[in-house]
Amino acid sequence: MSQRFRLPSGGHVDRSKRLSFTFDGRAYDGHHGDTLAAALLANGVRLVGRSFKYHRPRGIFSAGAEEPNALVELRDGARREPNTRATVAELFDGLAATSQNHRGSLAFDWMAVNGLLAPWLGAGFYYKTFMWPASFWERVYEPMIRKAAGLGRASGLPDPDHYEAAHAHCDVLVVGAGAAGLAAARAAGATGARVILAEQDFLLGGDLLNEPGLEVWRQESIAALEAMPEVTLLPRTTVFGFYDQGVLGAVERVADHLPQPPAHTARQRYWTIRAKEVVLATGAHERIIAFPGNDRPGVMLAGAARTYARRYGVRAGETAALFATQDAAYDAAFALAEAGTRIAAIIDPRGDSAAMQRAREAGFTVKPGCVVTGTVGGNALRGVEIGAVGSGGRGDAVPADVLMVSGGWNPAVHLASMSGSALSWDEALLAFVPGAASQHERSAGACRGVNGIGAAAADGAAAGQAAAVAAGFAAAPAITLPEAPAPDHRPYELWEVKGRGKAFVDIQDDVTANDIRLAHREGYSHIEHAKRYTTHAMGTDQGKVGGLVGAAVLAEAREEPVAKVGLPRFRPYTSPVAWGAIAGGEVGQHFQPVRRTALHGVHEALGAVWMDAGIWKRPAYYPKAGDADAWASVKREARAVRERVGVCDVSTLGKIVVEGPDAATFLDRVYANTFSTLQVGRARYGLMLREDGIVFDDGTTTRLGHDRFFVTTTTAQAGPVMQHLEFHLASAWPDLDVSLASVTDQWAAMSIAGPKAREVVAAVVTGLDVSNEAFPFMAVADCLATGVPARLFRISFSGELAYEIAMPAGYAAQVWRAVLAAGAPHGIEPYGVEALGLLRIEKGHVAGSELNGQTTAQDLGLGRMLKKKGDFIGRVLAQRPGMTDPSRPRLVGLRSVDPARQIRAGCHLIVDGRSQGWISSATQSVVDPGWIGLGLLRDGETHIGSVIVAANPLMGEEVPVKVVSPHGYDAENLRVRA
Amino acid sequence: MPGYSGFRILTEGLRGNSGWKPAWRKAAPKPSYDVIVVGGGGHGLATAFYLASEHGITNVAVLERGLIGQGNTGRNTTIVRSNYMLPENNNFYEHSLKLWEGLEQSLNYNVMMSQRGVINLFHNEAQKNAALRRGNSMRLNGIDAEILDRDGVKAMCPIVDVDNGRYPVMGGLLQRRGGTARHDAVAWGFAHAADARGVDIVEHCEVTGMIIEGGAIQGVRTTRGEIRAPKVGLAVAGSTSTLTAMAGFDVPIETHLLQAFVSEGLKPLIDCVVTFGAGHFYVSQSDKGGLVFGGGLDGYPSYGQRGTLPTAEHVYSAGVSMIPALGRLRGLRSWAGVMDMTPDGSPYICKTPVQGLYMTAGWCYGGFKATPGSGWCHAWTIAKDAPHRLNAAHTLDRFREGRMLDERGNGPFFWAQ
Amino acid sequence: MLRIPCPHCGARDEVEFIYRGDATVTRPGPDGDVGAFHDYLYLRRNPRGWQVEWWQHNGGCRTFLKVLRHTVTHEVRAVATATETLEVPGA
Repeated sequence: MSQRFRLPSGGHVDRSKRLSFTFDGRAYDGHHGDTLAAALLANGVRLVGRSFKYHRPRGIFSAGAEEPNALVELRDGARREPNTRATVAELFDGLAATSQNHRGSLAFDWMAVNGLLAPWLGAGFYYKTFMWPASFWERVYEPMIRKAAGLGRASGLPDPDHYEAAHAHCDVLVVGAGAAGLAAARAAGATGARVILAEQDFLLGGDLLNEPGLEVWRQESIAALEAMPEVTLLPRTTVFGFYDQGVLGAVERVADHLPQPPAHTARQRYWTIRAKEVVLATGAHERIIAFPGNDRPGVMLAGAARTYARRYGVRAGETAALFATQDAAYDAAFALAEAGTRIAAIIDPRGDSAAMQRAREAGFTVKPGCVVTGTVGGNALRGVEIGAVGSGGRGDAVPADVLMVSGGWNPAVHLASMSGSALSWDEALLAFVPGAASQHERSAGACRGVNGIGAAAADGAAAGQAAAVAAGFAAAPAITLPEAPAPDHRPYELWEVKGRGKAFVDIQDDVTANDIRLAHREGYSHIEHAKRYTTHAMGTDQGKVGGLVGAAVLAEAREEPVAKVGLPRFRPYTSPVAWGAIAGGEVGQHFQPVRRTALHGVHEALGAVWMDAGIWKRPAYYPKAGDADAWASVKREARAVRERVGVCDVSTLGKIVVEGPDAATFLDRVYANTFSTLQVGRARYGLMLREDGIVFDDGTTTRLGHDRFFVTTTTAQAGPVMQHLEFHLASAWPDLDVSLASVTDQWAAMSIAGPKAREVVAAVVTGLDVSNEAFPFMAVADCLATGVPARLFRISFSGELAYEIAMPAGYAAQVWRAVLAAGAPHGIEPYGVEALGLLRIEKGHVAGSELNGQTTAQDLGLGRMLKKKGDFIGRVLAQRPGMTDPSRPRLVGLRSVDPARQIRAGCHLIVDGRSQGWISSATQSVVDPGWIGLGLLRDGETHIGSVIVAANPLMGEEVPVKVVSPHGYDAENLRVRA
Repeated sequence: MPGYSGFRILTEGLRGNSGWKPAWRKAAPKPSYDVIVVGGGGHGLATAFYLASEHGITNVAVLERGLIGQGNTGRNTTIVRSNYMLPENNNFYEHSLKLWEGLEQSLNYNVMMSQRGVINLFHNEAQKNAALRRGNSMRLNGIDAEILDRDGVKAMCPIVDVDNGRYPVMGGLLQRRGGTARHDAVAWGFAHAADARGVDIVEHCEVTGMIIEGGAIQGVRTTRGEIRAPKVGLAVAGSTSTLTAMAGFDVPIETHLLQAFVSEGLKPLIDCVVTFGAGHFYVSQSDKGGLVFGGGLDGYPSYGQRGTLPTAEHVYSAGVSMIPALGRLRGLRSWAGVMDMTPDGSPYICKTPVQGLYMTAGWCYGGFKATPGSGWCHAWTIAKDAPHRLNAAHTLDRFREGRMLDERGNGPFFWAQ
Repeated sequence: MLRIPCPHCGARDEVEFIYRGDATVTRPGPDGDVGAFHDYLYLRRNPRGWQVEWWQHNGGCRTFLKVLRHTVTHEVRAVATATETLEVPGA
């Protein structure tokens, strides 16, 4: 019979909407407004999972986020989500869920044999064994453990859904929309403050949803909030962490209640909320009592059974018993009785109370001074054993298929604790409550121990108003508050009923009271040690229902008060958060932005093969029909430069304008060489050191005017150099009158290199005499290129006659096309970064792989650039003995003895059987075919001319190489001056 | 007391597990010792263990402000490896890795050292070249290393999206002998074994001052009174600067925070340790089933043991970029450790300006894997009053001399290491 | 999340800023020797408490700011420009 435990009326489900779903392949239905757990209970499904270690049968234990047991794999295929709490998963039509962590079927899990081995599988058993023989750990023991451990199965497939990030600022953030939260939001909203009310549930109201008599106030409150323009309601939103300075993180489940997100809709939205004031109205979690068999399917929190009856119209069973330590739990018995469940017994360790009298008056069997000593049943509860307090042993059994347990209430102090607030022990509640606030936050209602809906609402209203006033708003008239009697929630102190059988303190991770005692016996007596030794409170529920019970068991073993034992530190997340939500949109191809030069489209049209240079995309080379392979393309391009002319996009180099009366002085201090002597209209190669004397960057710097310089940097260091200049201007020399502007994006630049470069440049540029006499090596001048303002530099990286033309980025494509057209008669070829690298290695110019943050100017053969007079960054520390040590590896050129044998960057250079250096860059030469490279070699000078070995044991290579001068090509620099 | 063994598990199980004794004594401090080790984390406990086991010095106290193993030992991501480039570093870490390989037997405690392999992915030529230089350096120093191409990475760790849209994987540098260990067990195991050799492990004993006479250490002042010793070793990550200030000198350390994360428990999904080369992210799966993951520093000094959201966002983004299947899994818990960062990313295991005062410090975020090696070298340095060749370069003075041990060339920036 | 009040731009998230070291050390002048530069570049008080630090508002006005921040609570108490002085409480 379908939904045989569903009541004909009542609650917040829409019986007119029937939703079908499957659990372990069997079809059921439920209603709109159900959670998966409610719908399973409505259909009489009790057994929903297996426990972590002993594979014991487990049922639905709670009705909320604190659920330790009812974890399922929700959905299937790529959308499968393991470990999903059935108690918070909203039912939708077509939902498919699967139970997890069993071999064989859920009902007959053969891993349950672990339960029989329990005496040997107690806390930390693995630390004391599996050590012999040593090789068996990885091969035998560990694979066995790993296979058995874990809970659900990941899909292993890419997540098909997307996520988005949202940012919010508000005056008052209210977390939790129970009576306290609704009242707080209304009171704060009434002042005109910007308020956000976040509630993890899909319905607002919290415990009000279990109180039909207060439904009017709940609806009136929601309507009032919806009418306030400055109030934002965020249902289905879990605030997962309270961070520094009033920042909280939250995840809104936008589409998890639908079979799949509609088109263009995120599955979840990750909120970063910056709040001036925070009101925490997060309620309380009911806690368990440790007694033998307290995990059997059918045992559940009393409040949960009440919620299933009142909110979902579902009877949790036919015959129920209540095991409670305070009056506040008794409403569960009344709620179930109203729902038609027979109340078999109420077991209470206390002698008498108001609620017990009411229960007796209602005709229930009340067993004062009693406790539950055990449970009867297999995969489902059949009976409850009852004995007198302290009697020990097993008591008389009363038949029941539901046992409602309430050991008291733990205020949900997680967020208060994360905000930095210390916790204090409340002796009446036997629980921790928030202490003095350390940030702009306050707790209201049950999360600070206030009892009952009426009092919580009043507390919330006061907190909401106080928060708004603290945020600078004037208090508004009071709102109407609900009236509700509050049964006493102060519990009798009962954490554990000792007896034979496993009494769990952490139901998910199978931690028993005996495990806690064993940890204490072995010296793991501090709560942090005990937690880690036993895995207590380390499951997906993070000990919400049993954490304090474990601490109390430990306290008893230590013969100390629970307050002294305390709880492990609360850390994010209050509830598990989807990885994808925090990752947001910055994944896959959007992981980092792509930076493209102004000529990107031009390169694309030329069929460039791309390479990543940081976040830039640069052309590696331009393949042409007929090129046998990539190297053929690269060598063709390089040959064009050596023999005719080539053009290369160098826009990615960093460009900084340095301007002001002290610009020259400033550059003299940041460069190792001198710039104050540079003439206007001339460029100079510059070398920058870090303060520790290691080479930082190089580039050419031009004097555009007396007080105006144009600095270029390498692509990789463009940002760091800018920051370095700004830092020293601010921190070391604030007296210098200099301003800095990065113009990397404003100017595109291309290098035109090769013996025919002048002809090409002359055809493109107007307003400038580019003859060797009028425009010599290192000259710079403004000009027009294709009629647009441009700047021409006569500088060379390739070792050929070369020019760099820079122009406003928007004109780059037009100039590039003009250059190709002008170069066509000369056989111009565009060349990419690979050919650029080949050319500079042939020429012996250092680049990023030599300027690797570990080399000095001397190491690179640039020691003579360091000026002798005047202060500059890196001057002093470059003189330390380890920096000037003559035996440091020095730059050398390398050539494979057999031209056909490849050498690679990353090879080590072996002299006399020992590594004495490494190859930093390698390529094929076009001038003298064969493999060449640059390297750093100890006593490099002395090895010039000798043959050593380039070793690459990772790839099984040993290649004889000849050590040569790094500056083999046109050592006199005649070509660049031609 | 009898050692741990499968047989003992069996017999104890049969009599209700009532015969187990504390894994280490809760010792009260004596007035004097031969050596005091300050800091009851992995490094301090290992120092004490090796003083006793290698050098026969057993009149040793480990003084711990709170509980043992509750600093970075208890809040790291459990990775063990020796894949360093500089010989000064890779020889040291290799020695440490060899100690790990026999640690269960040395300690009679299962620290669950699991050599599952560590892969560092690379995504472009420059990264590949750096990986080759490092891997070849390892091989030439007798350390295992392999280079994987894209297909090799895919075969070893199929869940990695080697063709991810932004930074496709070109290959990876693999150290098969690398892996993970159970972090808490390392502290407990060293405590257990040191205690068995007579070392006093004194918890809840905070050092409040140093007793120095004539430039030489004489002992320490603590919340439990003065304790004398002619030799004192510091192993106090996160408090190094505070302790050296008590001894009258500053050190090249800036303390930063590093976040780490664990997911909900899952059936086996990721078999090795993988690091993303295109963003700060690494992940492995614990024996319990949680994915343990992290990234880079938050970027500013902190003793707060608590991180902020932007760094977490980067870590999660990089994770999904490398392994798109992570998107639907859930983060369970995040935490942060405090890292004593040095200006070259390498540690100090050395003598100090005060005679008889030694330190193992500045482990940046690489301290866990170093635990046995750090303790071993620190113990040697204390016992001999001179460094072992494995830690001869790891001095405080290397910056005065210009002999930095900068693995990646990141420069003298604590936060960039 | 740190929130830093930039004197030019207003309070902004930490992601717009870059930490750039202890602001209580000063670069030695032209006469500084290896010892002075060593101490400037490498030695740190590294306090557990209030510290004056350099932060650059690199995602905003790019100004280098001095920030008085607590290294345990992360509280930002005062922000000043490069040429102003910030006193450390209790020091």
